[in-house]
Amino acid sequence: MRSDTASGMQPAAPLWLRGLAWGGLLFLHFPLVVVCLYAFNTEASAFSFPLQGFTLHWFEAALAREDVLQAIWLSLKVASGATLLALLLGGLAAAALYRRNFLGRDAITVMLSLPIALPGIVTGIALLSTFKLAEVDPNFWTILIGHATFCMVVVYNNVIARFRRMPYSLVEASMDLGADSLQTFRHVVLPQIATALLAGGVLAFALSFDEIIVTTFTAGHEKTLPIWLLNQLGRPRDVPITNVVAMLVMLLTMGPILLAWKLTQGTEAVAGSGK
Amino acid sequence: MTLAVEFSQISRHYDAVRAVDNVSLAIADGEFFSMLGPSGSGKTTCLRLIAGFEQPSAGSLRIHGQEAAGVPPYLRDVNTVFQDYALFPHMSVLDNVAYGLMVKGVAKSTRLARAEQMLAMVKLADYGMRKPAALSGGQRQRVALARALINQPRVLLLDEPLGALDLKLREAMQSELKALQKQLGITFIYVTHDQGEALSMSDRVAVFNKGRIEQVDSPQQLYTQPRTAFVADFVGGANVLPAALAETLTGRAQACAIRPEQIYFLSEHGAGLQLPGQVLDIQYHGAVSRFEVEVAGGQRLAVAVPNGQTLAQYRPEPGSAVRLAWAPEAMVWLSEQG
Repeated sequence: MRSDTASGMQPAAPLWLRGLAWGGLLFLHFPLVVVCLYAFNTEASAFSFPLQGFTLHWFEAALAREDVLQAIWLSLKVASGATLLALLLGGLAAAALYRRNFLGRDAITVMLSLPIALPGIVTGIALLSTFKLAEVDPNFWTILIGHATFCMVVVYNNVIARFRRMPYSLVEASMDLGADSLQTFRHVVLPQIATALLAGGVLAFALSFDEIIVTTFTAGHEKTLPIWLLNQLGRPRDVPITNVVAMLVMLLTMGPILLAWKLTQGTEAVAGSGK
Repeated sequence: MTLAVEFSQISRHYDAVRAVDNVSLAIADGEFFSMLGPSGSGKTTCLRLIAGFEQPSAGSLRIHGQEAAGVPPYLRDVNTVFQDYALFPHMSVLDNVAYGLMVKGVAKSTRLARAEQMLAMVKLADYGMRKPAALSGGQRQRVALARALINQPRVLLLDEPLGALDLKLREAMQSELKALQKQLGITFIYVTHDQGEALSMSDRVAVFNKGRIEQVDSPQQLYTQPRTAFVADFVGGANVLPAALAETLTGRAQACAIRPEQIYFLSEHGAGLQLPGQVLDIQYHGAVSRFEVEVAGGQRLAVAVPNGQTLAQYRPEPGSAVRLAWAPEAMVWLSEQG
C-alpha cells in the first residue's frame, strides 16, 4: 500500500525508458503467447501465421493421450514429494544450524548449497553413480531423492533467514510460560517461519516441476513432463499437442505461485514493523 | 525463613570463561532481591540459571527447596520478564497474556477473562485486541509483566526490564513494580546495572563482579558500609584510599573508602585529618558539584560540594592548592579481598 502511494508521487519515467521496459516484457512473454495461440490452431504440421482457424480439437487429443497424462501425473507426484521432503529436511537443517557455532558449521552450509550451485549435469552424474553403487535401479524414488537434494537448499535458505530475524527470547519466553518443546514449536516457532516455509516450498515445487538435467540421469525409463516435452521435439506431427500441454502446465503452475504471492503479501511489513 | 532460591557453590563456565564462579546465595521468600553489577559480571547468567535457560557447570541450585538441576524451564514455578519483552508478534496482546494458561489447557473463556484481569492490573484494559507492534515501549513492558504474572509464579525474574525506557517512565515504573511486589507478596529477583534502581527498590542487593558476588546486603548497608573497593566504587561512587596512603594518615595499613560528600575543603590549617592537594577539574551535576583533586602520590579523590546552599562555602578554583579534611568516622575500612 505504502509503496503504491509512494510510486504515485514520483514523476513519470521518460517515454524511451517506458518503451524499453514494455519491450523487454513483450520479448520475454511473446513466445508464451505464441504457444498458447498455436494450441488453438487448426493446422497440424507447422507454425504458420496467420492462424488457419480456431479449434479445441488438440485439447481433446492431448487429454486422450495416456503418455501425456502419465507424464503430468509423475511430475506432480515427484514435485510434491520432493517439496515435502525438502520442507522437512531444509526446515530441520535451518533450525539445527542457525543458533549454533561449531567447527565445520560453514562446511555443512556449503555442502547443503552444493547441489544447486553445481551444474545440474555434475549432480546428475554423481547421483547416478551413487545409485549404481548402491545397486538401485532408477525409478520414481530416485527422481524424487535427486530433486530433493536441490529443493532442500531453497527451503533451508528461506527458513534460516527467517530464523535469524526471530529473537531467540521468543522461544525462551514460551518455555518460561510453561510450553514444552512441541507446544513452543506449534504456537510460536511455526507461525514465525510459516511464510518462509511457504515461499521456500513453492520455489522448490517450481524447481522440481521443470527440472530436466538431473532428472535425465535419475529417471531411467520413467518420463517426467519436461522429459516428455523434450522428446516431443523429435516428433513434428505432435506439435499442437505439445503446445496444449505447455499451456496447461503454465496455467497449472500459475495457481500456486499466485497463491503463495498473495499469502506472503504483507507479512514482511508486519514482521519488520516490530523492530 | 523459607528460601525461594538457594545457590550453593554454583559455577557456570563457557569453555574457559567463568561467567559465574562459585556463587553461594540465599534469597528469601517474598523478598525484593536485586542482582547488581556491570555488564559481563554474571548477574544475567544467574537469572537464566534460575529460569532454567542455563544449567550450572557445578554446584547445586534449589528453588523452594527442590533441586532444580535438570528441570526444564516449563516445569519451574518461576516466570521471567525479558529485557526485550519477547512478546509474540503474531498474537494479540490478550493472547500474549493468556499464553501461559493456553498451554496449560485452560478453557478459552476462562483464560481470556483472566488475561483481561491481568491487563486491567497493569492499566492496559482496552489494549487487548492490539498487536504488540502497535504499543509503545512502556506499554509493551506492562504486557510482558502481565504475561509473566498470569501463571501466579512464586518467583518473578526481571532482566533489566526498564533498560529501554526513558528516565521519567523508568522512575514511575520503579515505584509501580515495588508496589506490585508488596501487593502480590511474591519474590522478585531483579537484574540491573543501574545502582540507583537497585538501591531504591530492593530489600537486599547482591553486587556482582567478574562472576563472583562481592557483597550481599541491604541498600543502606551497601552504601554506608561497603566491604570491598569494588562495592565502594560501583555502588556509592566512593573514593578508595590505598593502604599506603591510609597508613601515612592514620597509621593503619588498610585500604579504606570515603564518600565524596564526606570530604570538605579547609580554607586554613586546622586540626584532624588533613591532606594537601590540587584541584584538577570541577563538574557541575545540578544538586552538587564534583571536584577532582590530586593528592600525594598522584592519587585522585572526588569531593562533592552541594550547590545553592545559603551558607557560603569555600569553593576553590581549578588549579588552586587546597587542603582536604574529613571526619575519621567517614573512613570505611575495606577487606583485602577485592
